[in-house]
Amino acid sequence: MSNITNQSLSEILESIKSKKISSLELTQAYIKNIENAKKLNAFVTTTFDQALENAKKFDNKPNNEQLLSGVPLAVKDLFCTENVKTTAGSNILNNFVPSYESTVTKNLWNNGAFLLGKLNCDEFAMGSSNETSFFGNVINPVGDHLVPGGSSGGSSSALAADLTPATIGTDTGGSIRQPASFTGTVGLKPTYGLCSRWGIVAFASSLDQAGPMTKTVNDCSIMLEAMSGFDEKDSTSINKKKETYSKNLKDNIKGLKIGIPKEYRVDNMPKEIDELWEKGKKILKDLGAQLIDISLPHTKYALPTYYIVAPAEASSNLARYDGVRYGYRSQKGKDLIEMYENTRSEGFGDEVKRRILIGTYVLSSGYYDAYYLKAQKVRQLIKKDFDDSFTKVDAILTPSTPSSAFKIGEKTNDPVSMYLNDIFTVPVNLAGLPALSLPAGLDKQGYPLGLQLIGKALDEQKILNIGYAFEKNCGYKNEIKKWWS
Amino acid sequence: MSLDKEKIKHVAKLARISVDEAKVNSLTKDLNSIFKFIEQLNELNTDKVEPLTSILNQSLRSRKDEISDGKIREKILKNSPKKNEEFFCSSKGG
Amino acid sequence: MSKEKFDYFINGEKGKYEVVIGLEVHAQVLSSSKLFSGSSTKFGADPNKQVSLIDSAFPGMLPVINEECVKQAVRTGLGLNAKINNYSVFDRKNYFYADLPQGYQISQYKNPIVGEGKVLLDMPYGSKEIGIERLHLEQDAGKSIHDMDPSSTYVDLNRSGIALMEIVSKPHLRSPDEVNAYIKKLRTIMRYLGTCDGNMQEGSLRADVNVSVRKVGDKNFGTRCEIKNVNSIKFMQMAIEYEANRQVELLEDGKEIDQETRLFDTKKNETRSMRSKEDAHDYRYFPDPDLLPLKLEQKLIDDLKKSLPELPDNKKERFIQEYGLNSYEANVLVSEKEISDYYEEVAKLSDKKLAATWMMGDLFAMLNDKGLNISNSPISAKNFAELVQSIKSGEISGRIAKEVFEIMVESGDNPKKIIESKGMKQQSDPKELEKIINEILSKNKDKVDQYKAGKEKLFGFFVGQVMKLSGGKANPQLTNEILKKLLKG
Repeated sequence: MSNITNQSLSEILESIKSKKISSLELTQAYIKNIENAKKLNAFVTTTFDQALENAKKFDNKPNNEQLLSGVPLAVKDLFCTENVKTTAGSNILNNFVPSYESTVTKNLWNNGAFLLGKLNCDEFAMGSSNETSFFGNVINPVGDHLVPGGSSGGSSSALAADLTPATIGTDTGGSIRQPASFTGTVGLKPTYGLCSRWGIVAFASSLDQAGPMTKTVNDCSIMLEAMSGFDEKDSTSINKKKETYSKNLKDNIKGLKIGIPKEYRVDNMPKEIDELWEKGKKILKDLGAQLIDISLPHTKYALPTYYIVAPAEASSNLARYDGVRYGYRSQKGKDLIEMYENTRSEGFGDEVKRRILIGTYVLSSGYYDAYYLKAQKVRQLIKKDFDDSFTKVDAILTPSTPSSAFKIGEKTNDPVSMYLNDIFTVPVNLAGLPALSLPAGLDKQGYPLGLQLIGKALDEQKILNIGYAFEKNCGYKNEIKKWWS
Repeated sequence: MSLDKEKIKHVAKLARISVDEAKVNSLTKDLNSIFKFIEQLNELNTDKVEPLTSILNQSLRSRKDEISDGKIREKILKNSPKKNEEFFCSSKGG
Repeated sequence: MSKEKFDYFINGEKGKYEVVIGLEVHAQVLSSSKLFSGSSTKFGADPNKQVSLIDSAFPGMLPVINEECVKQAVRTGLGLNAKINNYSVFDRKNYFYADLPQGYQISQYKNPIVGEGKVLLDMPYGSKEIGIERLHLEQDAGKSIHDMDPSSTYVDLNRSGIALMEIVSKPHLRSPDEVNAYIKKLRTIMRYLGTCDGNMQEGSLRADVNVSVRKVGDKNFGTRCEIKNVNSIKFMQMAIEYEANRQVELLEDGKEIDQETRLFDTKKNETRSMRSKEDAHDYRYFPDPDLLPLKLEQKLIDDLKKSLPELPDNKKERFIQEYGLNSYEANVLVSEKEISDYYEEVAKLSDKKLAATWMMGDLFAMLNDKGLNISNSPISAKNFAELVQSIKSGEISGRIAKEVFEIMVESGDNPKKIIESKGMKQQSDPKELEKIINEILSKNKDKVDQYKAGKEKLFGFFVGQVMKLSGGKANPQLTNEILKKLLKG
C-alpha cells in the first residue's frame, strides 16, 4: 500500500480491479505525495475535494469495465476543465474558469478516471524548460537544479515524482517527448488529428496534438486508447474506427525495418547521445529488426520552419486574449487600443510576446512570401522526406533530444539555444506523424536520456509495439530519490 | 535582413502589444538572432514547391444547418472582467 | 422603347470626368445557424442570446462549417453565371476590434469559392453587363454599441459568426443609377435563389463602395477611395455623388487623391477619412489552420445547378415570348419572384396582356398605398384573374371593374359574387341598349339635330347620358356602335 504510487498505471488498475486497494486509498496516497512535493511546483491547481468525492463514488459503485476505472489523474493546465480554473500557465488566464470540458479530458473521465489537479506548463505551451510559466518554473525530480523539460514540464515532473499515475500533455514541437526524455518517462505524440483539439488552449493549430505521458509503454497504450477518437467538433479530427492499442500490444518485432536517418547525427552532439543511439539500434537488431540507413535531407531546416509556422499561428490564436470576454484586463489605458496593448503586455510573459511579434512579422505585408510562404514550402519538403522514407521502413529511430536535462536558468538568455533543444522532435510535428519517446539510459551525471521512434501516420500501434519490445530488453530503471519530501 | 527598433515597434503595434522602452534593445537583439537562425531557409530553392496548406489529406467536413447552440448568455458573460446582465463592456473608442 | 443616352459625367474646368465605381456587397446568407457554429441567425434576439462559445472565441473553441452556407454560396455563384471553384481555402483576416472576438475574421482570400461571373442591368440606354470578380464566404462581426453608457462600449455578439457572402464587382459601374440597378438586380437574383433576403433595414445587405474618377477617354483608373459599410441604396448614391465631386475638385485644384478608407456621414451627407495612413491595416491573411481546404465534388455543383429556380433574366425572356409582354412589362413583373409567381398564376386563368396592365396599374398602386407586398395582397391571384376575365369577356366595363376592385380590397370577396350581388353586370344586350339610347335621343332632339349638322363633339355627351342612365353598366363598345347607327338614321 505504501508503495502503490510508484507502480505503473496498469499495475494500479489491476490493484483496483482486484480490490487490493480502493480508489479512495489510492487518491489519498497521491494527495499525500502532492502535498509533500510542493517544492517541485508541478501543480497550478489541485482538485482534492472533488477527487475524493469521485473516488468515494467509484468505491460505492465500482465499474471495472472501463479503461481507467477509479484512477485519479492530473492533467496539463492547457486542457479546459469544466468549473476548474484553466490558466495555460499565463497571467492572462489566471482567473479563467471554463464552463466546458475539453474532448480529451472528457474521454478520460468517460473511461472512469477523475481529475486530481492541473499541472504547470510553459505559458501557452511556449517553452522547452517550463521556465516561462507565470506560476514559476517547475523542478525536475531528477535533480533540484534541473529543468523538467517543456512545455509539459509539470506533467513530466508530477509523473516522475509519483504525483499522478499517468498524465497527458500537448506536443507542438516536442512538448511531450522532450520532458519525457528529461525525466525518464514515456511520452507519445500521436498522429495529427488522432486526439481532438477541442477545448485545448491553442498554441499552433496545425501542430498541436495531445498525447499521453506514462511510466511504461503499456500504460501509454491504455491512455492513448482512452483519450483518442473522432470528434465532430474538430474539423481536423480524423474519422476512423477506434483502436484497442493496449489489447493489441505485442513485443514481437521480428522483420520490422527500422530507419536510421543520418541527418540526426548533428554537430556538437554529446558522445553519450550517440552511444545511446547505438545501444538502441543494437537492442532492436537483437530483437530481429532490420536496420536501414535512410536520409531525411531537409531535417536541418525543420527548426527554422517551425519558428515561422508556430509563431505565425500563435500570433493569430492569441489575438482573442484582449481582456473583453474573459481573463486578465488592464485597468490602464484611455481608449480601446490602449486597453488592448496594456492588457496584452501585462498579461503575456516575455517568451509569448516574443513569439507573437515573430509571428506577426512573418505574416505582415511584404514579408509573407519570404517567411511564411517559404516555410510552408519547406514544410512540404520535410513531409515528403518522411513520405519517401516510409516507403522503405516501418519506423524511424532517433535520439529524443540532443542533451539530457539542463540547469535551470542555463538557456533563458539565449532563445536560439533553447529552441535547438527541439531539433529532433520538431520535424515530426511538421509532418503530422506519431512519435514515441522512450527512456533508454542515463548520461554520466545520472540524468535520463530518451530515444524516439517515429511512425507512419496512424501507425501508433506499430511504434508502441516496438517500444514495448524495446522496454522489455533495455533494462532501464528509473530510480529517482525523493529528495523533495 | 535585420530588424530595427522602429520596425519592431510597428509590428508590436499590429500585435497590440506595447513594448517597454527599457526592453526594446534586448528584444531587438533576441529577435535578430532568431531571424538570423530562421533565414537559413534562404539556402533552399523552393521555386517549384507547392506550399503545404494542410497536413491532413482530406476535405473539409461540414455539419448540418441546425440550431444546436446559443442561449447560454450567463456562461458567455461569466468570465468577463467587465460586463452587465446583457453585454460585455469594452473600453471606449475604436 | 426609346433609348436615352448615358449621361453621368462631372464637368470641371479642366475637362469632363467619368466616375468609376466598384462594389463589395456583403450579403447575409439565408441559413438557420451560423457559418461555423450552431447558434441561431434570427434577427432581433435579446443581446448575446444567440452566441455560442465558438462565436465568443473561448479558448480551445474550433470552427465546423455549415454545409448549407456552402451550398447557398454555390447557388448564388451559379445565379451570377460564375465559375464555381472546386477547391477553395478559408483564411484568417487578422485585426483587433471590440466586436471581433477571435481577433480575426475567417474569410477567403486567395482561393474564393466562386470566381468570375456577370450580372445584366437594364438601363434606359440599353442593357449593360457588370462583371463579377469573385464571391467568397466569411464571418460577420458582432456589434459595438457606443451610446448606452458614457464610460464603456457595449458588445453584442449575436451577429458574430453569421455567414456573409462578399460579392465583389469589377469596376464596371459608372453612375449612381447603375449602382441602384446593380444592387436591385443582385437582390432580385438572391431572392429568387433564396440565398439572401436582401433586407437592408436589418443589415442583410450592405456594401463597401469603391469610387474613383478619371477624365473621359483616359485608359488608366484614378486613385480610388473605399467608402465602408453603406447600408442603403439611397446612401450609396449620395455617397458616390459626394465622393466623386470631392475627387474632381481635388484634381481640378491640382491635388492628389489619397487612397484611403472613408466613412459616409448620413447626417452631414459627406464622406470623411476613417483612419490615417500610419495606422493602415495589415490584415496578415493566412490559411486558417483550424480548417481544411474545401473541396467541392462536381456532382454537388451539378445537382445544385439542376435544382436552381428559373432566374429573372430567363424568366423575362419567357414572359416576352410566352405572354406577349413588352420588355418593360416583363422587367417589372420579374423584379421579384413573388410578383412573377402571382402574375403567372393570374395569366394562367385570364388574358395575359390585360392581366399585366391591371397588375402594374391598379394592383401595384393599391399595394404601394397600403404599404403591402404582393405576398400579403388582400386580393388573391385567383380572384384577380377572375376580375381580369370579367373585363375581358365584357361582363363588366373597366370603370365598373375599378369599383369591383375597391370592394375586393375591402372584403377580400370573389369578384363574381360582388358583381352578382351588386348587379354590376355590364349591359351588353343590344335590344336593351337600343331602348335606352332611343329614349335619350328622343329626349334630346335639339342636340341630335346639332350633331347631324356637324357638331360631332356631342357624341361624347350621348355616351355619357347612356352611362348615366345605365348606371355605368352599358357596354361601351356596343354603346358606340348602336349610337352611331341610330344617329345616322
